Amino acid sequence: MIQGVPITYFLVISAVMFFIGVLGFVIRRNLITVLMSIELILNAVNLNFVTFNRYLFPDKMQGHFFVIIVIAIAAAEASVAIALIINIYRRFTSIEADKIDKLKY
Amino acid sequence: MSFDMTMLSLFGLVILVFSLLSIFTRRILRAAVYLLFVLIATAGLYFMLDYQFLAGVQLTVYAGGIVVLIIFSILLTSHISHKFEKPHWSILAAGIGVVVIGLTLTVWSILSYHFQPTSTPAIPVNMQVIGMKLVGKGANGYALPFEVISLLLLAAMIGSIIIAKKEEPKEE
Repeated sequence: MIQGVPITYFLVISAVMFFIGVLGFVIRRNLITVLMSIELILNAVNLNFVTFNRYLFPDKMQGHFFVIIVIAIAAAEASVAIALIINIYRRFTSIEADKIDKLKY
Repeated sequence: MSFDMTMLSLFGLVILVFSLLSIFTRRILRAAVYLLFVLIATAGLYFMLDYQFLAGVQLTVYAGGIVVLIIFSILLTSHISHKFEKPHWSILAAGIGVVVIGLTLTVWSILSYHFQPTSTPAIPVNMQVIGMKLVGKGANGYALPFEVISLLLLAAMIGSIIIAKKEEPKEE
């Protein structure tokens, strides 16, 4: 742990980042912006894992490896999502979420 | 104010300001660049917490890989001068309401819980320890998740190539 820095500071930073990601997820219609909000959320969760690992259980490494796995999954998710977005753009010439409504009827 | 405290406030400020900017800016390429700053500041926090390997992974995979991928797809799918329309006021109000309630609850529960700082000595997290754990098959090894992740990455790679491939024009 870091001398003189309480754990709550890290947790509050991470909570703020998480909820800003949620806000972006809700208010934006563009698929790429939604993807960027998801990256913000995953990043906040990673920060939480690392903080708990360092402050509360510094003799273990579970949080560290969880973060590595989350980063790998985020990379896989981003690549698949971008492939989908490019395919959607070819078909609809738009990546606004509310213009993709072929299945709605 | 100690050095750690100064760095923490700096990184926290960068994260707060740039993530808000990346959500509220109306030009999508700027949003991606602001996201890059947020990710770099998070890597700085990992350095502060003494996880050098994790910070390196964050810098290379997130800041170097995912952001570049996002910028590529932005350039493929949108016009550079295109501006978002402003979100409808009801959606904006609902989103801000949800976020304010959630953030208040979360911060309140963080501040009211008494975290018990441990006095156990920290184990060193260097490359050798990480490598031995990642392929270890014992009680504290991570060989199975490692293999599962490698399979998942292979599947994601093949899947995204097949999805993004141009379809053959159908004859009608």
